[in-house]
Amino acid sequence: MAVCIAVIAKENYPLYIRSIPTENELKFHYTVHTSLDVVDEKISAMGKALVDQRELYLGLLYPTEDYKVYGYVTNSKVKFVMVVDSSNTALRDNEIRSMFRKLHNSYTDIMCNPFYNPGDRIHSRAFDNMVTSMMMQVC
Amino acid sequence: MEGLTLSEAEQRYYCDLFSYCDTESTKKVASSGRVLELFRAAQLPNDVVMQIMELCGATRLGYFGRSQFYIALKLVAVAQTGLPLRVESLNTVKDLPLPRFVVSKNEQESRHTALYSSDADNPASYSGVIPPPPGRIQVKKGSVSHDAVQQRTSADQQESTSPVVSPQQSPPTSPHTWRKHNRHPSGGNNERPLAGPGPFWAPFSEAQPGSSTTSDPIWSGHSPPPHQENWVSFADTPPTSALLTMHPASVQDQTTVRTVASATTANEIRRQSSSYDDPWKITDEQRQYYVNQFKTIQPDLNGFIPGSAAKEFFTKSKLPILELSHIWELSDFDKDGALTLDEFCAAFHLVVARKNGYDLPEKLPESLMPKLIDLEDSAEAGEQTGEVGYASSPAEAPPSKSPSMPSLNQTWPELNQSSEQWETFSERSSSSQTLTQFDSNIAPADPDTAIVHPVPIRMTPSKIHMQEMELKRTGSDHANPTSPLLVKPPDLPEENKMSSSVKFTAGNTVTDGYSSSDSYTSDPEQIGSTVTRQRSHSGTSPDNTAPPPPPPRPHQSHSRSSSLDMNRSFSVTPGQQQAGVVAYPPAVPPRPQPSQGPGPHVHRPVDAEGLIAHTSTSPQQIPEQPNFADFSQFEAFAVSGVNKEEEDEIETHSEVLQVEKPSDSASSLRVAKADGRVEDKAPANVPTNAGKGTTPLAPPPKPIRRRLKSEDELRPEAEEHTQKTGVIAAVLASQPSIPRSVGKDKKAIQASIRRNKETNTVLARLNSELQQQLKDVLEERISLEVQLEQLRPFSHL
Repeated sequence: MAVCIAVIAKENYPLYIRSIPTENELKFHYTVHTSLDVVDEKISAMGKALVDQRELYLGLLYPTEDYKVYGYVTNSKVKFVMVVDSSNTALRDNEIRSMFRKLHNSYTDIMCNPFYNPGDRIHSRAFDNMVTSMMMQVC
Repeated sequence: MEGLTLSEAEQRYYCDLFSYCDTESTKKVASSGRVLELFRAAQLPNDVVMQIMELCGATRLGYFGRSQFYIALKLVAVAQTGLPLRVESLNTVKDLPLPRFVVSKNEQESRHTALYSSDADNPASYSGVIPPPPGRIQVKKGSVSHDAVQQRTSADQQESTSPVVSPQQSPPTSPHTWRKHNRHPSGGNNERPLAGPGPFWAPFSEAQPGSSTTSDPIWSGHSPPPHQENWVSFADTPPTSALLTMHPASVQDQTTVRTVASATTANEIRRQSSSYDDPWKITDEQRQYYVNQFKTIQPDLNGFIPGSAAKEFFTKSKLPILELSHIWELSDFDKDGALTLDEFCAAFHLVVARKNGYDLPEKLPESLMPKLIDLEDSAEAGEQTGEVGYASSPAEAPPSKSPSMPSLNQTWPELNQSSEQWETFSERSSSSQTLTQFDSNIAPADPDTAIVHPVPIRMTPSKIHMQEMELKRTGSDHANPTSPLLVKPPDLPEENKMSSSVKFTAGNTVTDGYSSSDSYTSDPEQIGSTVTRQRSHSGTSPDNTAPPPPPPRPHQSHSRSSSLDMNRSFSVTPGQQQAGVVAYPPAVPPRPQPSQGPGPHVHRPVDAEGLIAHTSTSPQQIPEQPNFADFSQFEAFAVSGVNKEEEDEIETHSEVLQVEKPSDSASSLRVAKADGRVEDKAPANVPTNAGKGTTPLAPPPKPIRRRLKSEDELRPEAEEHTQKTGVIAAVLASQPSIPRSVGKDKKAIQASIRRNKETNTVLARLNSELQQQLKDVLEERISLEVQLEQLRPFSHL
């Protein structure tokens, strides 16, 4: 169901972006980009330190007729954006949360890799596999 | 079976193989283990192997006699050529190639094959050592082709993919590279452009028409014999890569991908030493080399190599960063950013393999996985040390890495299972590690440290305490007020608070315990702080000397014991309980174990209140057998509803609960249930608590217990709790089944670790939600109490 998953760095450039329908990729890229504004808006609204995981999860950023966009931000202002197809059975909020949690876990695993420079594009195979599994399970 | 006619080569080969398998030197029976190993190395599908075994009569006899073994070997050869397995084919198939057994890359194997080849028709003596990078492609081709060719030539190039393509059986975790090499037949490697192996094979096969035992068909790209010699010499002179030069011997050893083409007497020895092994297995020489290299970076063999140092070291190998990154991903098993000795060896091995042209596997091969210490051995010490070390992962050399693994395994399996149950709707266990909650989970359960649960003495205060406990209880499975519930400290802020407060009060005095409960009710925020405290503590040391107790850890010894069951089994007087309980230093009770059955939970509803009270204290105390007994008594009391001993019972119950919890590994399950119950019961408990005359005992124990449980597991919703408790119970129930042996259990343990980690994150979230609910419930209770007070005068009328 997740048709597009993106990891955005703190400076708002993408570290990793992948969509399932390989056509129309540009559309998803654009969607993710526009959703960054919503993310920033939510972050600024929160104010206090984001410690609780619940605050990390931003929830539905905005829905369109075709899909919904969910956001999640880490403590280091790395954002995960997930575009989910609306036509599929509405994913429960908890499922989205768990997907973000998995993303976050994988991301921290990547961070632990000394060969990875923060700010580089993510090429990790494990991360790819995890994302694929998430996108596959949905579709 | 009918008589078997073997050619001379076959006779020799079979004899050698039989001697190899004849580990017990009985000269009659080949040990099944070796035989199975051998057959697996034959790269045949499992059903084929079974069929062979059946045909040769081993299944009938139950063992492999010499004749059975020979027949089996012949059938293996038949199968490898792609012919159907028939008894008749044993003697009818002519020019059957000798069965081939894939062996791991080892110089012994290479020597073995070399010997064999010298023995057999194949004149080319193949050293088996894959040439270094320069000849990478050729190497691959060669390795692949020689496996494939062997099969091919026998089958007359019938791209008989059947034997070759059959799933890699020999090495359990045959890496992709391995497979690629062996799969050459159908079309060459995906990654290495093995140019038309077919054409190569064709000429080769023609060149050696009858040589079934083409041990090393040659690197197909080149004229076989001379090239082989070239390869041989090449192998002798280690490749130029810097890394390889570092350990030339190991290169030769490990880069060999050979199939045992034939057996000779000399081969036998080598075979026994290395053949049929996982291609990724590290030989002793290699291991020694790696260990030495490890020492140059980190003198303490039990310590970690920090990521930065490892990065520098492996960058020297001149592999592309992307590949090094992938190697790191594979080898850093616990994802802590540092390498232990095992991880380092695995990484080094992968680097060397990569240097020699082997593709990196997608998954870490089993033989490279870091060894996990037997859980049983390092149950407690490892737990603590491991957890401590784990929390302080990189750079800080924990006492030993291995203990940390098992300890983690110990705690995580339980936690994971419970959490898995919790996450019925959410993610399944993936290999991802938990995030922040990880540290909190690391806190080892201190089965030894006794958690003293302050036992509330005062009546009125206990009531309030009970109410609190009830509230907590409703949120958690109060069936097990034992500390195991507390095992999930991150998720139980309340529990933390209670435990910490209780600890401070020192369980000896009831008032102390009571005050803790009071404080608990008064400010929910403390819970959060307590939680954080617990987390920090968990990350540090399991010692409970400091007020904030580390999160309780499941008592390993009582993985299955449900507090209630234990309670009933033990009948300890309340007085004794107190004494026993007091003795324990404040410690977070172990996490509830799933072993607790639903039964006790069912009965809990009534006793919830009492339990809650106990639960509050129990987290503080170490699970003790006597405590279990107390708990049962407590329940009895609760049922009987003795007013007078309400406080005492509460005390005892709390003690019991505490004891139960720590020792009850299944308490987690109970907690889950208790959580659900507690929340449900909270409103009910309040009025009952207010109604002193009825069952004073019941409420006090239950609330305490509940409290512990609720603390342990904040259950946002009762339904969720019930669901989760069920899941957790199931998971916890399966915990005992967690294999303790190192072998294949490692995987299960590691998987359970991952699951546990995920569970932790979920539980943390639940914790916060439960806290919120708790606040609400507390408010309700207060309002209800007020109402009761108002009603009381009327009841007297």
